[in-house]
Amino acid sequence: MTAAQVIRSEWTKIRSVASTVWTLGLAAVVTIALGALISLLLKNQWSDLSEKDRLSFDPTYTSFAGMSLGQLAMIVFGVLVVSNEYSTGMIRTSLAAVPQRGTFLASKLVVAAGLAFVVGVVTSFAAFFLGQAMLGDHSTSIGDPGVLRAVIGGALYMTLIALFSMGVASMLRSPMLSLGILMPFFFLISNILGAVSATKKIGRYLPDQAGSKIMQVVTPIDNDTPYGPWGGLAIMVAWVAAALLGGYVLLKRRDA
Amino acid sequence: MIELEGLTKRYGEKVAVNHLTFSVRPGIVTGFLGPNGAGKSTTMRMMLGLDRPTAGDVRIDGQHYDRLKDPLKYIGALLDAKAMHGGRSAFNHLLCLAQSNGIPSSRVHEVLDTVGLTSVAKKKAKGFSLGMGQRLGIAGALLGDPRILMFDEPVNGLDPEGIHWIRNLMKALAAEGRTVFVSSHLMSEMALTADHLVVIGQGRLLADTSMADFIEQNSRSYVRIRSPQRERLLDVLHSAGITVVQAGAETLEVDGGKAERIGELAAQHHLVLHELSPQQASLEEAFMQLTAESVEYHAHSGGAPSPAGAPAAPSPAPAPGQWGDGWKEGRS
Repeated sequence: MTAAQVIRSEWTKIRSVASTVWTLGLAAVVTIALGALISLLLKNQWSDLSEKDRLSFDPTYTSFAGMSLGQLAMIVFGVLVVSNEYSTGMIRTSLAAVPQRGTFLASKLVVAAGLAFVVGVVTSFAAFFLGQAMLGDHSTSIGDPGVLRAVIGGALYMTLIALFSMGVASMLRSPMLSLGILMPFFFLISNILGAVSATKKIGRYLPDQAGSKIMQVVTPIDNDTPYGPWGGLAIMVAWVAAALLGGYVLLKRRDA
Repeated sequence: MIELEGLTKRYGEKVAVNHLTFSVRPGIVTGFLGPNGAGKSTTMRMMLGLDRPTAGDVRIDGQHYDRLKDPLKYIGALLDAKAMHGGRSAFNHLLCLAQSNGIPSSRVHEVLDTVGLTSVAKKKAKGFSLGMGQRLGIAGALLGDPRILMFDEPVNGLDPEGIHWIRNLMKALAAEGRTVFVSSHLMSEMALTADHLVVIGQGRLLADTSMADFIEQNSRSYVRIRSPQRERLLDVLHSAGITVVQAGAETLEVDGGKAERIGELAAQHHLVLHELSPQQASLEEAFMQLTAESVEYHAHSGGAPSPAGAPAAPSPAPAPGQWGDGWKEGRS
């Protein structure tokens, strides 16, 4: 048994279920469309913005405004890729075919992360260019300092969100439980912790808040975040690594 | 060849599989029999490396399962007809299994043909009936053309035609020299397919015997007699040299087919008989009696119908492995 065989097998698995298409499709469409919509709204309301808001306006980050909602579809993708094995009972068939559980999980992660990255790159570039087109006079160009990093960062962010979800789903196994924890966490709790001043300092070390720093080009005026874009991404990578390690250890030890 | 040595699985305090030692040989169908909850599925999952044994060892052709290179080429298993993603087509389900073990995709078409699912190969598995799902599971087991095949309750929920098909398939696979290991909780089903029997109850080995021996030991024929004049009848039969076993208040049993002789003797001595009937203990009864003490979930209605007079269900204790032998001695 070689890793290449298992990767081919996992590719067949992922391309042969409908949930792959609709979760990734939804992630792309929502991120792009919402980014374009918010960019358009901002352009139309430019005159209403305060001086401070105008100074710290980040056209790149604005075109990624759809990410906060689009990432939820990415979470569903990551959770389903792993937990489908358990909820359908396929896991026993899979592990009987590939008893090397490390190889099994790694192959699944490589295939799903690769696919999420490809979708992420397409989404990120499309969201950027469409968003800039909507912003008109207030737009930036891909050649400006930090912009290309932010756009590629958007793709990395989406990939890491999917990987984090896969790690959590590997630990919890149940799709409902995984989604029930991840969805409110990323949609509500992280935002609330980040908005309330008392918890802000904790909130910014959460995976999504730290990771989304990579998509910022203009630093907000009263910024006191102790890490930069790559530092933020590194914090997110650490979260992902922890989730995946937990998933691997449990998969290795548990009865299937 | 599958070899188990002292295989044990504990869940907390509960012992699901208790020190099982036996081997499954090639060229025959070995039936793995036990009541529900006896530990059959747990044992099979440990054979496939899915569950980790608490103690003991199981080897496939001398190797641990996770040491097998491309395991589907050594051992194919049907564990659960529903152990597949319902949204995936039958073809893709088999293709992903084939690819992981380096099996060419042409083989997928072959096994689909073998199990008769070619026409629905592109259909999603969730639309399949139980029987079709079972066939797809079997196709997966056959995929690597393995020398060892394992089926967990393969006839469950199948229609008679499907049951017939599976029986013949298992016999054909064994006739090709393969090792076929099949579990069931139905003795009657095993009697039709298995050449060898491994019986477990509450995780312990109760018997490891050939089917022929099991039938010979257990298809006891006897005559049941009921009479209001039981004491006089006993004297008459005794002086005629007929061995009688007392079974219940009014009932007597005599081994062998001597119904005519007993009837004639009773008539000579003007004895009233309420019943004089030749009986055949079924294999199902023998199995139930064997496992009676180990059935986990009793329906409290007086227990298993046991042919009275037969030796009591074997007492626990002897070392595993000799269990079956001890039991056979007791019966003969």
